[in-house]
Amino acid sequence: MPEYTLRIRRYSPESGEAAYWDDFTIDLDGHRSVLDGILQARDRQDGSIGIRCSCRAAICGSCGVRINGKPTLACHTHLDEAAETAPDGAIVVEPMGNMPVLKDLIVDMDAVHWKKIQRVTPWLIPDGDPPEREYIVPAESMIDVTQSMACIQCGACVSDCLSMEVDPLFVGPAALAKAYRFVGDPRDGQQYERLKDLSEDPHGIYDCTHCFNCIEACPKGVAPMSQIMRLRRIAGSDHEIEDRNNGHRHEKAFVRNIERNGLLHEADLLPDSYGGKFHPRAVPELLDSLPVILRALQRGKVTPPKALLHPHKAPKDVKRIFQQIHEKDDRYELNLYVVGYEDEEDAAGASQPDADAAGSHLPEERSPNA
Amino acid sequence: MKVAYWPGCVSRGFTPELHGSMAKVAPLLDIEMVELDRAACCGAGVLAEHNQELADTLNARTFALAQQVDGADLMMNICSTCQGAQNECQERLDANTDYREHVNQTLASESLRYEKGVVNKHFLWLMVEEIGLDTVRSKVKRPLTDLRVGPFYGCYIVRPTDRLGISRDNPRDTYLHQLIDALGGTVVDYAGMYKCCGFPIITMNKEASLKQAGRHLGDAIDAEADCLVTPCPLCHLNLDLQQPGAERLAGRSLGMPVLHLPQLVGLAFGLEPKELGMSKHVVKPTSVIDWSTSVVGSVAA
Repeated sequence: MPEYTLRIRRYSPESGEAAYWDDFTIDLDGHRSVLDGILQARDRQDGSIGIRCSCRAAICGSCGVRINGKPTLACHTHLDEAAETAPDGAIVVEPMGNMPVLKDLIVDMDAVHWKKIQRVTPWLIPDGDPPEREYIVPAESMIDVTQSMACIQCGACVSDCLSMEVDPLFVGPAALAKAYRFVGDPRDGQQYERLKDLSEDPHGIYDCTHCFNCIEACPKGVAPMSQIMRLRRIAGSDHEIEDRNNGHRHEKAFVRNIERNGLLHEADLLPDSYGGKFHPRAVPELLDSLPVILRALQRGKVTPPKALLHPHKAPKDVKRIFQQIHEKDDRYELNLYVVGYEDEEDAAGASQPDADAAGSHLPEERSPNA
Repeated sequence: MKVAYWPGCVSRGFTPELHGSMAKVAPLLDIEMVELDRAACCGAGVLAEHNQELADTLNARTFALAQQVDGADLMMNICSTCQGAQNECQERLDANTDYREHVNQTLASESLRYEKGVVNKHFLWLMVEEIGLDTVRSKVKRPLTDLRVGPFYGCYIVRPTDRLGISRDNPRDTYLHQLIDALGGTVVDYAGMYKCCGFPIITMNKEASLKQAGRHLGDAIDAEADCLVTPCPLCHLNLDLQQPGAERLAGRSLGMPVLHLPQLVGLAFGLEPKELGMSKHVVKPTSVIDWSTSVVGSVAA
């Protein structure tokens, strides 16, 4: 039986002592999980190791931890794979981040995760009286929310959310994915109210910094950041919600900027994101940014004529693409989680039979729920 | 090698020193760059947030223009955000023939067509995977001896790992480490290496944005880095141009120089800091310049 070393971070707040590392040698087959390893160490060596777990099959979401620095489910990580990325040969197991530690690998999900889930009103609020029997909706209208429904509330995304790291009030990836589950539900009657609330909240949908950590962390393919982008898209494009965080204004300014210039012209983007150079909101913001603008000028990063007098010269075909797509009645979205990836064989087809010969180093296609 | 070159927007806007230094370094690595001057912004995630089809169509157009460049081996970019945003669009375009056809219909009136499988690599990936670090090493004239360099990868070039083709065989999330080492420098690991610079929310939540930048810069100082190097000009904006603001929020003095990737390569290849545009930085890379002119000033035989 192969042996593995687990380096577990131990901490007991009541003890008054600082956290420390404890090494345990376990013997299990490599295909067994890190959770199995932790449980063996607890059974045979130290009954006081704190770990929360239940199903051992990546369904209950209880055993979220960080393994070798990355948030994941302990039951969903093979020992042999973990050993390969282990520094110094020891598999490092720590509690998740962004939440207080209760004991060893157990974090206080109530204090952070569940509080944030409650923040987004996680239940259906239909319009009018409930029907006599069940709600009947076309099956296809629910497909879009299945991705956010796959969440098992393990907190892995919350653990490594980089916005939450500097702004603990950020509603965060799990709760916002949950918000989309109801915003995208055809039975819900509060879409506008939900979006207005989450747009206006300074720690709401516009506080996400696009770092992809939640997408990387999620063991279920929920891609919380993609759900946040959907919330923004519906809030901005469908409801035109002008939030106090300049989120929608920034998006509009960015889109308009590219449509006119083809490339981003930063000197326009800043004032336009605040509603235009003469918008009352822009004045204090621009004054605040003045030192930055002056530094950029001083260092020759930009010259006044380049900043102020540039021609708007997007190629006409770029302008045409903007126009053509904006004129469409419906937004066309392809969610690969839903439609999946074409098989290599199908896709290779006649279009590019020798992609490998051309030196393709592209990522391998993945299955939608890998 | 010949590449269809996509410089992005910011390298020609607020970080002109990036585009400029790339132009200086390319000939030293025998890279012939054909600039995609008709292509549009990748959208930096914002266009996709607004309308996915719009972002996918604009990037399909860029890929199609790259595929038209005669004799180009692949498409090269110098911006992590472009790399990540374009990969996201490419993933959708390549995964579904019907969708690709749908997008190609919009491009048809310009006689452009995107064929599945464009190879689009950041300069960093290109150096490691196409040119090879041995070749890079052989061009070093002024090794970065004793220079302690902190890699700042940012987000778009390292996550999500499967979309970006990061695997055991292609450990792209270690390439900055490998490169710094190949140039003779000392790699400094610190907490913020793979974290977000905060730039995407600078207009929405400036405090949270600059707190991120300030924290990572502070972590790098605590790890005794002399400078940082980043493959992303947007990170550079928050880490360098906005550093005085980040300093206020971090509540400590920072003064950490941040180099663009081609600048670091150029220094090791014997180019002068000034011609690499290092005078355009807000935090003057004094530690680097002192090093390159006086500490290890001699050019290796």
